[in-house]
Amino acid sequence: MIVRIMGEGQLDVADSHFAQLNKLDDELLAEMEGGDEEGFRRTLGALLEAVRRLGAPLPDDALEPSELILPGPDASLDEVRQMLRDDGLIPG
Amino acid sequence: MSGVMKRMGMIFRAKANKALDRAEDPRETLDYSYQKQLELLQKVRRGVADVATSRKRLELQLNQLQGQSAKLEDQGRKALALGREDLAREALSRRASLQQQVSDLEVQHQTLQGEEEKLTLAAQRLQAKVDAFRTKKETIKATYTAAQAQTRIAESFSGISEEMSDVGLAIQRAEDKTAQLQARAGAIDELLASGALDDQSGLGSKDDIQAELDRLSGGTDVELELQRMKAELAGGPSAQQQAIEGGAQGNAQQPQTQHRFDKQ
Repeated sequence: MIVRIMGEGQLDVADSHFAQLNKLDDELLAEMEGGDEEGFRRTLGALLEAVRRLGAPLPDDALEPSELILPGPDASLDEVRQMLRDDGLIPG
Repeated sequence: MSGVMKRMGMIFRAKANKALDRAEDPRETLDYSYQKQLELLQKVRRGVADVATSRKRLELQLNQLQGQSAKLEDQGRKALALGREDLAREALSRRASLQQQVSDLEVQHQTLQGEEEKLTLAAQRLQAKVDAFRTKKETIKATYTAAQAQTRIAESFSGISEEMSDVGLAIQRAEDKTAQLQARAGAIDELLASGALDDQSGLGSKDDIQAELDRLSGGTDVELELQRMKAELAGGPSAQQQAIEGGAQGNAQQPQTQHRFDKQ
């Protein structure tokens, strides 16, 4: 699956790794919904690290739609929450 | 997968598609830009043609002036031959002023020629650039079309898979419900059979009547059997009579038991 880390680029991550990533991802969602900023930062860091470690970076000129998208490493809990709201990202 | 990754991906795709649909088609923009470049090239070419026309006009003028100058020289020679030195002087002075004009025009002609060469070169360069742009434009357009198609494919794929999971869920629900109903039916049957639950349907009471009828008919059978045996005994020995009497008793009980099992 193609995963995009916002501001960094795309990585191709083998499907077999997703059980592992999903655990972190679910944790991240729970921390975001619970408003646990510190936990959110830690889990986001761990998740990005795992994606970078397990994935192969796609060339910059590759034209592949991302199936999964992750916020960049410096994204705050509030920013991500903003993005996940229905009218985020590209307004309108 | 319902975490941040998936949700962000879904929102991104939805937004990107919306943006893609609404934004001005870059292919049109590229075509427009190419059109503009062609117009510019056309203008430069027209400029080159204009300069060339001016140059040709100058050449004609130069020819004319040189013709006149030659004529004046000829006239001067003739005047001198006829002994009209004053006339010859006049012709030569006119020729001198013409020569001045000729050399002026020759300078202009040279300038124009240089200008024309520069413009021709510029037009050639521009032509090359426009050609390169056309190639690039076609590449960009093809890439854009491919990206658009890919987005659409991804979109329809995700739509299809969502629908499929919906169908799967519906089937799952139907199966669950069936299993639940079956389990419940089984439980009710058991409860009814054990007598813990009274059967409220008409079937139950009918069964009661049937049971009564069975019992009655069973009783009749016993009576009939007894009568038959008694008739047999009336003519048989006493030892045989006892054995048959025991067997008859067993026989008489058998149908009753069987009926009870049947009911259940």
